[in-house]
Amino acid sequence: MAPGAWTVTGIRAAVAGGDLSAREVCAHYLDRIAATDGRLHAFTTVLREAALARADEVDARRASWRDRPLLGVPIAVKDVICTRGVPTTAGSRILAGYRPPYDATVVSRLLDAGAVIVGKTNCDEFAMGSSTEHSAYGPTRNPWALDRIPGGSSGGAAAAVAAGQAPASIGTDTGGSIRQPAALCGVVGLKPTYGRVSRYGLLAFASSLDQIGPLTWTVADAAAVLQVLAGPDPRDATASTEPPPDLSRLFPGNVRGTRIGVPRVALADGVDPEVLDAFGAALAMLSDRGAEVCDVDLPHMQYAVPVYYLVAPAEASSNLARYDGVRYGHRAKLDGAAAGVSEMYARTRSEGFGAEVKRRIMLGTYALSAGYYDAYYVHAQRVRSLIRNDFDRAFAAVDAVAMPTTPTPAFRIGERIDDPLAMYLGDVFTVSANLTGLPAISLPAGLTQARLPIGFQLVGRPFDEATLLRIGDALERDAPWSDERPPAFA
Amino acid sequence: MEYETVIGLEVHVQLRTQSKMFCSCRADYQSAPVNSRVCPVCLGLPGALPVINRRAVEYTVMTGLALNCDIPRLTKFDRKNYPYPDLMKGYQISQYDLPLAIDGRLQIETEAETKAVGVTRVHLEEDVAKLQHFPADSGGYSLVDVNRSGVPLMEIVSEPDMRSAEEARAYLTTLHSLLQYLGVSTANMQDGSFRCDANISLRPAGSEEFGNRTEIKNMNSFRSVFQALNFEIERQRRVLEGGGRVVQETRGWIEGRAVTVSQRSKEDAHDYRYFPEPDLPPLDIDPVWVEEIRGRLPELATQRCARFQQDYGLSEYDARLLTDSKAMADYFETAVCLQALSGDALNSHAKQVSNWMLGDLSGLLNQDNRDISESPVSPESLVELIGLVGDGIISVTMGKTVLEEAYNTGGKPRRIVEERGYTQISDTSAVEPAVFEALEANPRAVADYLGGKESAAKFLVGQVMKITRGQAKPDLVNQLVTAALDRAKAGVD
Repeated sequence: MAPGAWTVTGIRAAVAGGDLSAREVCAHYLDRIAATDGRLHAFTTVLREAALARADEVDARRASWRDRPLLGVPIAVKDVICTRGVPTTAGSRILAGYRPPYDATVVSRLLDAGAVIVGKTNCDEFAMGSSTEHSAYGPTRNPWALDRIPGGSSGGAAAAVAAGQAPASIGTDTGGSIRQPAALCGVVGLKPTYGRVSRYGLLAFASSLDQIGPLTWTVADAAAVLQVLAGPDPRDATASTEPPPDLSRLFPGNVRGTRIGVPRVALADGVDPEVLDAFGAALAMLSDRGAEVCDVDLPHMQYAVPVYYLVAPAEASSNLARYDGVRYGHRAKLDGAAAGVSEMYARTRSEGFGAEVKRRIMLGTYALSAGYYDAYYVHAQRVRSLIRNDFDRAFAAVDAVAMPTTPTPAFRIGERIDDPLAMYLGDVFTVSANLTGLPAISLPAGLTQARLPIGFQLVGRPFDEATLLRIGDALERDAPWSDERPPAFA
Repeated sequence: MEYETVIGLEVHVQLRTQSKMFCSCRADYQSAPVNSRVCPVCLGLPGALPVINRRAVEYTVMTGLALNCDIPRLTKFDRKNYPYPDLMKGYQISQYDLPLAIDGRLQIETEAETKAVGVTRVHLEEDVAKLQHFPADSGGYSLVDVNRSGVPLMEIVSEPDMRSAEEARAYLTTLHSLLQYLGVSTANMQDGSFRCDANISLRPAGSEEFGNRTEIKNMNSFRSVFQALNFEIERQRRVLEGGGRVVQETRGWIEGRAVTVSQRSKEDAHDYRYFPEPDLPPLDIDPVWVEEIRGRLPELATQRCARFQQDYGLSEYDARLLTDSKAMADYFETAVCLQALSGDALNSHAKQVSNWMLGDLSGLLNQDNRDISESPVSPESLVELIGLVGDGIISVTMGKTVLEEAYNTGGKPRRIVEERGYTQISDTSAVEPAVFEALEANPRAVADYLGGKESAAKFLVGQVMKITRGQAKPDLVNQLVTAALDRAKAGVD
């Protein structure tokens, strides 16, 4: 099989057609992980034996499973998503060795679709971070430049796809955690509309913002994986009851008449010139294909980062309350029988959580406290509605809103670790999609002169992932960089 | 100074749904083995999500309607955050500012008056796990049974409208009966499916302002609520009369010592950091659904009481006693309707059933502190017994004995009568020998009678009953003894 065919759709076709066995495919990726992950550290757990056994099962059932949409496709899953009997740590010491007794809905769907799960990918602790440096198990490196961060929090998931350790991975996005690492690692990352994909089995960071989505090498692959993940789930009351459309028939490469809005004002400050150039080039390509590019006004987007850093920590402070050492995960060893349950809680959480998680728990607890709740949480929710109104207004005139995914390319490991504010401000273009629940995709938009990937982001109407995928497909067809691979992992 | 007591009650009721509030685990945890009714959701495992139990919402709407509440269109769940090992997620899913039902009232009756007590709100939440603590001398550890975690819990909050412990008790018993009529809860106080906390304060008579209040917890029966409130009224009165201030705090009722003791002061109160539960979208309660529920509300106590008077010719007094509890009313109606009767026959039969139920059967049940629903004598058995008496097969006196035996053994009355040979002797030829025997054996009594002492006849009747082991029909014995004595008298004359 040609290198370009090592995609989700290519592998599925090869396995279904009998050109490759699921075992051969699986072994190829496992070997690659073994050869490269010492340098990258994209994985927290590699399921060598289990994945091969599963691949054999797929091969044994190939005849009856021929129609399954991910037949024999190896997939890596971010370590905040429950996999039955397989360690699920959320990148945290507090869940060291924790093995859930159940599969997340998305994992069940991947398995039903014939996929082979090859391992769990590294992430910032409880998905809180933009660099994967906040993992208790050590940072993941960017395949394009090993001294740089891969982005986060789904840094392992993005690095794994970029380095060819898996043709697709499943990430989660609360404030950009799929799109930002996808941009910084040069892959496609899709955050579906809130409610498009069930969150059952996703270790919650901020319940009203979290969404699960795919990271892949191509737009068609993102569509193929989303098709499997999406759909109603009786176990998640926030999941949409609308079945997803058939995404496999949406790629004629035609964007003629598609209207793309650009919030020019938001791009005025603080965006790296190379990022702006790449953004402009991508828009020009789409324009050449017949898309109409115009300006849109999103006046409240400037408040998105502060709003996000009130709402997300508030929900997190409550969601993380269950990690108390009573039933699972780390429990502090207490000396002296006199120590009570309060001390056990305090010591367990103090030992089990890292600095960033503690920072956010404190921030969120404060924002919800009596006397501050109205000023912070309620106020933030109000501004959140205003941001959503901005987008609703914009979508009266355009089919998608385009922005860079990140203001800069990947920074160096350690560069921002002591400056949380600088780290948070890097989320400026991604958090709005979470606050509004809107679907958004990050697409590769070329490389800087230093050969670091740049991301091009599109935000769409509610449940209109199809338009984002269609525009993304058009861009991909024209992009001179779409066959670029990280040189060290080509 | 005269003080006025002000009491408001918070009642927690476990709902009798098939499954738990937010997962599909069975809700009937009481008899289940420890930690057997659990799943990722009610265990609070990472990644698990709640899904609202529609039946629990329906039961709460039903209760709200029966309490004359408004059912707002928009309702939502909120998180109440506090750390405790009985709380699996570190927060309880409850309802904060948009409860399912608001602004209701409940009519209560005391000896003094009938009044309406305001119902502030009815909301839905989840129960917590059960902790069992082992003190230091047995190792110093605690065990958690998660079966109860996530059982639907409905909270009914009253206005501070009650002015005495008696009114509080009347409110509770009325509410308790209402819940049973609705069928939404077993409302059993012993097993904790009906729990009550009370807020109580005193203020100078005539004052509009409320005094500092205490919250009383850990009252496990109507009686303990009554006692605890009276204790607290006295305690607060003494504090106020001594010139002190009542400390705003939570106090626990200690049943064995019959006192309330301080548990937690206001300063230690949690900041629960309520915020809307992001895992559950707000609910839009369809008014059409609410009206549909209203339309199928079951008959409640007052309606049933009126109907019992109308349909069965019962007195208001009897009808009320029979309808106070749904179980009692159900028993009565089952018994009465076993036979297809109408008109006077029906009314007379109903009166019999009522008399037996309110008399001897209640006596037996009360002795054992049993509810009618636990009666070993079924409605079928009671009716069988009434038939045996009505047909003259046994006497009323014998009936009481048979009822007691049926109660103790669970046996069928007819069977008991047959096995024990209790059948009433109504055949003259069978009783006459006993009459002769009694007269023969008591010449003194016969002589007294003949000497004009008429009461001697009664003694002889008793002797006949004794000889026949109570089985002779009393009328017949009377008649035969009188006849025999009259013959003797004639012989003497």
